[in-house]
Amino acid sequence: MTQPPKVGLFVTCLVDAMRPQIGFATIKLLEQAGCRVEVPRAQTCCGQPAGNSGDKRGAAALAKQVIAAFEGYDYLVAPSGSCVGQIRSYPSLMDDASWRRRAEDLAGKSFEILGFLYDVMGWQPQGVRLDASATYHDSCSGLRELGVEGQPRALLDGVDGLEMRPLKGANVCCGFGGTFCVKYPEISTAIVSEKSANIVETGAELLLAGDLGCLMNMAGRLHREGAKTRCFHTAEVLAGMADGPAIGEEA
Amino acid sequence: MADAAFKTRAHDALADANLKTAIDRTTGTAETKRAAAVDAFPEFQAARARAAAIKDHVIANLDHYLIAFEQNATAAGAQVHWARDAAEAAAIVSRICSDAGAKIVTRAKSMLGEEIGLPHALDDAGIERVETDLAEHIIQLAHERPSHIIWPAMHRTREDVAALFFKDHHPPPDADDAASMVASARRVLREKFLAADVGISGANFLVADTGATCTVTNEGNAELSTTPPRVHIVTAGIEKIVPSTDHAMALLRVLVRSATGGEVTQYTTFHCGPRRAGDADGPEEMHIVLVDNGRARMVGDEFRQMLRCIRCGACMNHCVVYRQIGGHAYGGTYPGPMGAVLTPVLDGLAQSRDLPHACTMNGRCEEVCPVRIPLKTLLKAWRLRTWDEGLVEKPVRYGLGLWGFAACRPRLYRMGTRMALPVLRLFGRGWIRKLPLAGGWTATRDLPAPAARSFMDQYERQQKEARK
Repeated sequence: MTQPPKVGLFVTCLVDAMRPQIGFATIKLLEQAGCRVEVPRAQTCCGQPAGNSGDKRGAAALAKQVIAAFEGYDYLVAPSGSCVGQIRSYPSLMDDASWRRRAEDLAGKSFEILGFLYDVMGWQPQGVRLDASATYHDSCSGLRELGVEGQPRALLDGVDGLEMRPLKGANVCCGFGGTFCVKYPEISTAIVSEKSANIVETGAELLLAGDLGCLMNMAGRLHREGAKTRCFHTAEVLAGMADGPAIGEEA
Repeated sequence: MADAAFKTRAHDALADANLKTAIDRTTGTAETKRAAAVDAFPEFQAARARAAAIKDHVIANLDHYLIAFEQNATAAGAQVHWARDAAEAAAIVSRICSDAGAKIVTRAKSMLGEEIGLPHALDDAGIERVETDLAEHIIQLAHERPSHIIWPAMHRTREDVAALFFKDHHPPPDADDAASMVASARRVLREKFLAADVGISGANFLVADTGATCTVTNEGNAELSTTPPRVHIVTAGIEKIVPSTDHAMALLRVLVRSATGGEVTQYTTFHCGPRRAGDADGPEEMHIVLVDNGRARMVGDEFRQMLRCIRCGACMNHCVVYRQIGGHAYGGTYPGPMGAVLTPVLDGLAQSRDLPHACTMNGRCEEVCPVRIPLKTLLKAWRLRTWDEGLVEKPVRYGLGLWGFAACRPRLYRMGTRMALPVLRLFGRGWIRKLPLAGGWTATRDLPAPAARSFMDQYERQQKEARK
């Protein structure tokens, strides 16, 4: 028998501070899929805020930290398409040839959790039950940079009792955009308000997505509008951990 | 970052419910029709790749094809003029008009014409300028600039247009339905088409091996603007060149589907030189003004791929920001994602520093771009320049610097998190409704309160327990 793959979990700074349960759900799923999981201590942020603001040096410094912490693993897996998208872009931040090679090596083995479970590990949920109706939003980075589209839907299909409802404009940005949402709050609000109207229109009890930033944006707007929709990361549902408080609900 | 002017324009646009109605009607229809056209054309992805390759080839050999075009256009009897920048281009056109003793000039819609400030230049020269594209006619009556590169009057609802026509058409339209209004515009414009001394058009393609210019329209106004007058002037950016008519056709296949969802435009006309002996009609003189205005420089820098753009408008039709604020808020000639890349080239980065940042980087624009321009990458390249040139606001700069300092020191970062989380939780358990310094978020959204203990803290504790 071959050795189980050794996966380094990239927690992401948002999950670390805002919703640790997503990190634990990711570990649980990876272990169910037959991986050995470790959480390197020398990790913080993938560098998106700097990278997206034009601070190449700042982004490169964080990139090197991530590369050094994760290059020894078979895979880097994170519960976020946008962080993995950033990690896959590390080679473009490196001016030095040897760092560029190391960046390319890591980029080639970095995956978003749902794509990883389905495409790489061939995992399917077994005996997971959630009696609820839900709708799914495609987070843009996962969708367009990593091709995460069919995988989460196929995995959610395997959850007993879960009724999935189509979301109008599921592939349209929610208006989060990282620092965009606080630099241009009015535009961001207009965008997320259209999204929340579409979500409410589905009548689904739950909103699921694969990126905590987008989820916080949509959940925050839905709650401000008085909507009852409860928001979870897809990994929480698949790990059978969506029976507790949703995003923003008091523990 | 906040360029006050951009934020103010965006704020005003967001407050205009009528504008939002107009944007939704037009872009919504465009999105649906494009999707249907792409579905009905199985070779679309291959056609896109070919279109991008054609443009890349031309950009790499621009000098060669421009010289060939000039030779062949001249041989066909046209006069070719070269303009380094907008002012020079507008001056050349004005001079040709005054040499021709022009009193009335008809114009077929051209964004390049807007880019070089032609409407103003003609007005300043005291020439009666008649915009003949229906939407351009509307914004001429409203004294506005185009808000979209395909539908210049897309910010105006049908109801707005009726009001304009009833005020400015003499006699006014028979009724306020679309057919009556179009008939009225046709009456008004028809007189001008026949009375014009000079007709000015743009070009969708400049065909190198024949010297022809090509216009595509759905109203036939380009043909009526370029055939009856004595003089036809074409203004075109130098990137519009294609090697041959076949290449123009290959680009048309993706251009029209991406722009309107049609398979082909109603009118696709190749203009090759002025009227020849024995021709039934056509202008006595044909002038072609080739405009650089920053393009040659782009060939050599990181914005080179932007020269692929064939001006279809799909990127803005699919842009969440454009669909909220419309075209005028961008403040340049070209709006939306392609405008956010081009405006800093044309107007300078300091003038337009917000544009590359006012984007969520969702990537839908490049997904639909018919020539596969990596718009996100190009917008990021502008962001790098705003950072390097000190155009990023100091609080953002310092904030990111501080964050970066801590994030590069995991132990310090962890300590910071441990202290910050309980403080944040003082503002609310569950949901935070108001948070100092985070008004951008909490003005319109609740913020989920953070965890009591970070993932890393919880995980490390678990690991310790397990080892016991």
